[in-house]
Amino acid sequence: MGNVTRTAAEIQLASARPEMTGPRGRKPRKALSRRNIMIYGTLIIVSLYYLLPLYVMIVTSLKGMPEIRLGNIFSPPVEITFQPWVKAWAEACTGLNCDGLSRGFFNSVRILIPSVLLSIAIASVNGYALANWRFKGSETFFTILIVGAFIPYQVMIYPIVIMLREIGLYGSLTGLVIVHTIFGMPILTLLFRNYFASVPQELFKAARVDGAGFWGIYFRIMVPMSLPIFVVAMILQVTGIWNDFLFGVIYTKPDLYPMTVQLNNIVNSTQGVKEYNVNMAATILTGLVPLTIYFISGKLFVRGIAAGAVKG
Amino acid sequence: MAAATGPTRWHKNLSAKVAAIPMITTALVVFIGGTAWTVLYSFTSSKLLPKEKFVGFAQYERLWNSSKWLISIENLAIYGAFSLVFSLLIGFVLAALLDQKIRFEDTFRTILLYPFALSFIVTGLAWQWILNPDFGVQQVVRNLGWDSFSFDPLYDPEIVIYGILIAGLWQGTGLIMCLMLAGLRGIDEDIWKAAKIDGIPMWKTYVFIVIPMMRGIFITAIVLIASGIIKVYDLVVAQTGGGPGIASEVPAKYVYDAMFLSQNLGQGFAASTMMLLSVIIIVVPWAYLEFGGKRRG
Amino acid sequence: MKALRVIFAASTALCAATAAHATDLEVTHWWTSGGEAAAVAEFAKAFDATGNKWVDGAIAGSGGTARPIMISRITGGDPMGATQFNHGRQAEELVEAGLMRDLSDIASEGNWAEIVRPSSLLDSCTLDGKIYCVPVNIHSQQWLWLNNSVFENAGLAVPTNWDEYVAAAPKLEEAGIVPLAMGQQPWQTTLAFQVLLVALAGPEAYTAVFGGKDADLAGGPEMAKVFAAADKARDMAKNSNVQNWNDATNMVITGKAAGQIMGDWAQGEFAVAEQVAGKDYTCLPGLGVNEVIMTGGDAFYFPKVDDADVTAAQGELAKVMISPETQVAFNLKKGSLPVRGDVDLNAANDCMRKGLDILAGGNIIQAPDQLLSADSLTQVNDLFVEFFNNPGMSAEDAQKQFASIISSAD
Repeated sequence: MGNVTRTAAEIQLASARPEMTGPRGRKPRKALSRRNIMIYGTLIIVSLYYLLPLYVMIVTSLKGMPEIRLGNIFSPPVEITFQPWVKAWAEACTGLNCDGLSRGFFNSVRILIPSVLLSIAIASVNGYALANWRFKGSETFFTILIVGAFIPYQVMIYPIVIMLREIGLYGSLTGLVIVHTIFGMPILTLLFRNYFASVPQELFKAARVDGAGFWGIYFRIMVPMSLPIFVVAMILQVTGIWNDFLFGVIYTKPDLYPMTVQLNNIVNSTQGVKEYNVNMAATILTGLVPLTIYFISGKLFVRGIAAGAVKG
Repeated sequence: MAAATGPTRWHKNLSAKVAAIPMITTALVVFIGGTAWTVLYSFTSSKLLPKEKFVGFAQYERLWNSSKWLISIENLAIYGAFSLVFSLLIGFVLAALLDQKIRFEDTFRTILLYPFALSFIVTGLAWQWILNPDFGVQQVVRNLGWDSFSFDPLYDPEIVIYGILIAGLWQGTGLIMCLMLAGLRGIDEDIWKAAKIDGIPMWKTYVFIVIPMMRGIFITAIVLIASGIIKVYDLVVAQTGGGPGIASEVPAKYVYDAMFLSQNLGQGFAASTMMLLSVIIIVVPWAYLEFGGKRRG
Repeated sequence: MKALRVIFAASTALCAATAAHATDLEVTHWWTSGGEAAAVAEFAKAFDATGNKWVDGAIAGSGGTARPIMISRITGGDPMGATQFNHGRQAEELVEAGLMRDLSDIASEGNWAEIVRPSSLLDSCTLDGKIYCVPVNIHSQQWLWLNNSVFENAGLAVPTNWDEYVAAAPKLEEAGIVPLAMGQQPWQTTLAFQVLLVALAGPEAYTAVFGGKDADLAGGPEMAKVFAAADKARDMAKNSNVQNWNDATNMVITGKAAGQIMGDWAQGEFAVAEQVAGKDYTCLPGLGVNEVIMTGGDAFYFPKVDDADVTAAQGELAKVMISPETQVAFNLKKGSLPVRGDVDLNAANDCMRKGLDILAGGNIIQAPDQLLSADSLTQVNDLFVEFFNNPGMSAEDAQKQFASIISSAD
């Protein structure tokens, strides 16, 4: 396997030249070079394909139901109405409560933050231990974890109910946070383990020589070097936990129900009248939190070496 | 891959062991414990509630005599093969394109990733409409004058699973792209410089140097995609509900329907045991190869 | 011990009524759409008026979503105060496991045996002579919905039964109209098939096959008629390209299709589109052949709890749900039929009236989930779905398989 070897000096060099740290440094470019046309052309065409369903959803969410019934899904609204958005956020009834998605928003935040932080913290430390501090049996546990990634969640519902009941956390926020941490663990651990394993050995060794221990190396080298993978982990967890419905509803009580419960109630009623415009608006509204995080966290998608203030 | 191994004397490694306690507990208690529980009850006739009424292999016999299960497996194989190949391919190519120091990287990345953020219950509906022959793409193209154009993947039992794939790739490739991008950002600048000095064409640099260096990322991506494939459920429910007929049934849906719709827990557990067994058959030898020969002291 | 608790509960209930001792009662149900939510609000209003407090736990999506939640909550040792459930055999195990509260005392006090109509509704709540649930409404599936103007424009009379409808199909097709709209999701095909079975083979045959598991009848000539009709329906719906039931209803409303076989909840869509029953659309219960309806519907169960206050509140809720005032208020909003015959529904529309007449005439059958286990029912449904979507499967083959499933059903 082609292993990257380089000296600490080289690394220092790289980090000392921030202008070289972006993606491939190239000659000053001609705006309309063939290469650029190809890259942007491809990206724009692909983006259009990706945006098509969003377009349909937004257009639909701005129409009234009579117009939707005509079935022209691509045509822009004849009469723009924002009522579906207002209704989705603040007025849609689910059961007794007619305050739309806004009802569960704060609960979702309360679930999201500890779950994301805890799951990433635990999984990154796991990955770090597995990559750099192996001990006897560590691979066995890891293999079990990987197999666990393939178990359909639904199968585990009842055993986990029993476990949580036995430790007295059933129905509490803590219990839910633990469940999210457990189900995020396999993929995240794998993610971190494989990324940390590709971090140059020299850095690790240099730090050892300087007397840094398990936690010192983790915080001073591994974390700063691996920002992009933390972003990926965050994208995975924020999305998964924010959109989770099943665990939120099974392992908590109505006063802790996340926003997705309202979303499900708005869009998923089996026999009631379906208001497609409200459904579409509610879905987009619910997605705004992860989308914002995607956009903002993108700033951390930098080259690992550059980002790390690694000075041994 | 360099198996970076720290000191192996136990006392020096104590922090690592302590830090791994949550992982060990999860692996043993939840995954092993939960799985054992599931397998045990797959030999019972449990219906609504888990009960210890053992019936031997009856649930398994019934499972393998069910045409719904057989179709589910076939669909999973088709969906899985295409989904794995295309997700990796598309994800990597898009990541490579975004890694070309382009403008609006944040915007493009967010566009490619947004489908992942939206609940599939409703985006599935949007796809249902787009692929609908009467008011979706087919109709638009026909209105443009191409009268014989036919595109109705969700409505034809022969190809419905490919229709589901269209939406599945749309939803899943963004994340793989991000993962690949993170991998590309972890690759040393000097590699590119060296390749350029040696006059190696860009595509060759990617195929022969960069991709091998990203082995860890690819493995992560494969596990991520594969576990998603095994668990695929929402995608089908939101778009076809398993139809037309039972043409788009998948194993996870079989398990879920058996457990909660037909109230036959035993059958659901038997099906999930079969799924798990096939995963173990693939993962364990791989893990052995991955970890077995590479231990360094 | 139990008797003691009952007395205790009854006495606290008394206190509750007088002293307005408020107890929070969490109620789980899957009524979340606009009209459904308005109906639930009637329950909550009436319950809150007793001095207790309704804590709403609405979760959309019946069986598949609600069931794991319910069972988790109950087995997790933290049950809700009351929960909606399809009555019938689905809750049997929970009752057998002793997790559900016996409501017999409240039932006999309220004389439910007399007032609940049809009595089969109460039978489905009964296990070993004890009553475990409160039936709250009746929904029926056996309806054919027709767009009147589509037939008039094609120069046809609006059909009054299935045979006339089938006869009109070729002309409709000539006019570019889909004769039968049908969503492609499996449950809708199943529903259509069951309706055909009940309507064409008649209620006796239906009960004998599903209830008596009469495999000979299932394989006989009476059923052959049903499979032939299903074959016809399959053909009439071949150009229907929608997935959801309401999209199919919408095809009927907009005149793209002539008719749809669907439950009485389809009326909600007609109502929202401002269509008037009898004028813009016609409804034919039992396909106009055998005017019968299934007495399916919703019921509430009350998990056993240790808290005496909650137990008392449960009893209050059970009484409230079945009281005449609440029954009227709830069912008008819900569009379903009340479970007691002694109430007056002046506001009912044309189609609801037809339903009420059928109920009054006693032309009712039990829903399949009251007769067959959920598991056997799934096998039957899978067969129907396969038949509908696989034109290569002949009616004879399907019938043969049907008979074999019935012979081993439980």
